[in-house]
Amino acid sequence: MLVAVAVFPGTNCEIDTKYAFEKLGAEVVLVFHKEEKLPEGTDLVVLPGGFSYGDYLRSAAIAKFSPIMKAVIDFANNGGKVLGICNGFQMLVEAKLLPGAMKRNESVHFISKFHPLKVVANDNFFLQKCTIGEVLNIPVAHGEGSYYIDEAGLKELYANHQVLLTYCDEKGNMQNPNGSIDAIAGICNTKKNVFGLMPHPERAIEEILGSKDGVKMLQGFIA
Amino acid sequence: MKVIVNIQLKNGVLDPQGKAVHHALSSLKFNEVNEVRIGKQIILDINESDKAKAEQRVTTMCDELLANTVIEDYTIEFPAC
Repeated sequence: MLVAVAVFPGTNCEIDTKYAFEKLGAEVVLVFHKEEKLPEGTDLVVLPGGFSYGDYLRSAAIAKFSPIMKAVIDFANNGGKVLGICNGFQMLVEAKLLPGAMKRNESVHFISKFHPLKVVANDNFFLQKCTIGEVLNIPVAHGEGSYYIDEAGLKELYANHQVLLTYCDEKGNMQNPNGSIDAIAGICNTKKNVFGLMPHPERAIEEILGSKDGVKMLQGFIA
Repeated sequence: MKVIVNIQLKNGVLDPQGKAVHHALSSLKFNEVNEVRIGKQIILDINESDKAKAEQRVTTMCDELLANTVIEDYTIEFPAC
């Protein structure tokens, strides 16, 4: 299992992401944004969190034109698995590998805290180890995480089981920290090989850090 | 040639920054304000003397990078120098 973690100027979660996947038994390679190719035999590409290009213009607006992103887009279009976490999710949306757009949080504040998430769909690699309705405790850390999609797009997402995770309270009732449409926290594409979520599963892999619910999520890619 | 691009959230897309500023204006007793929408302005200086060509190029720039057309609208202006 070879995981390629892309690193852009301003990315700051690549080491945590590498650590998490190595802990789960994967081989992990960091790939600089100026590279034009992914390592031979890459099984999964992870676009990690951070503030690529200083969030200038819009979050992830500039990262999508990095040389490595061309390779990532080709990889995804050929069925390769791609996971975007936080800024990585924003990149996938900006690159149109995932539908919708990301807006400033409704509160206008940067949110950094643990937040419960509800599993909405598990018929995909990412959440195959989780059960529908299960509540996971995962940290969120973002200022532009308010997911937007128009009504027709939202219907399509539900029809194809592309809504993966929603924000909720500890009991699983809807609770919306950032104003996302339907409190959506994570989605995938129609082919179910491209996944994006704002919360950080790689920060929840050890009990001592508050939760290890992230293990169950990331393990879906390993099995 | 100077070109001004104005970008704003589409009508119907909630603008939380505008809402926060509206709230602040209300608390300063500027009660006549009905709504506040915040956008951004990008000023370009481009090497092109043909206005039509410039407009076409800047439109492409907006669609590819400057605006996210899923949630944002843009206008292109040519200021009188």
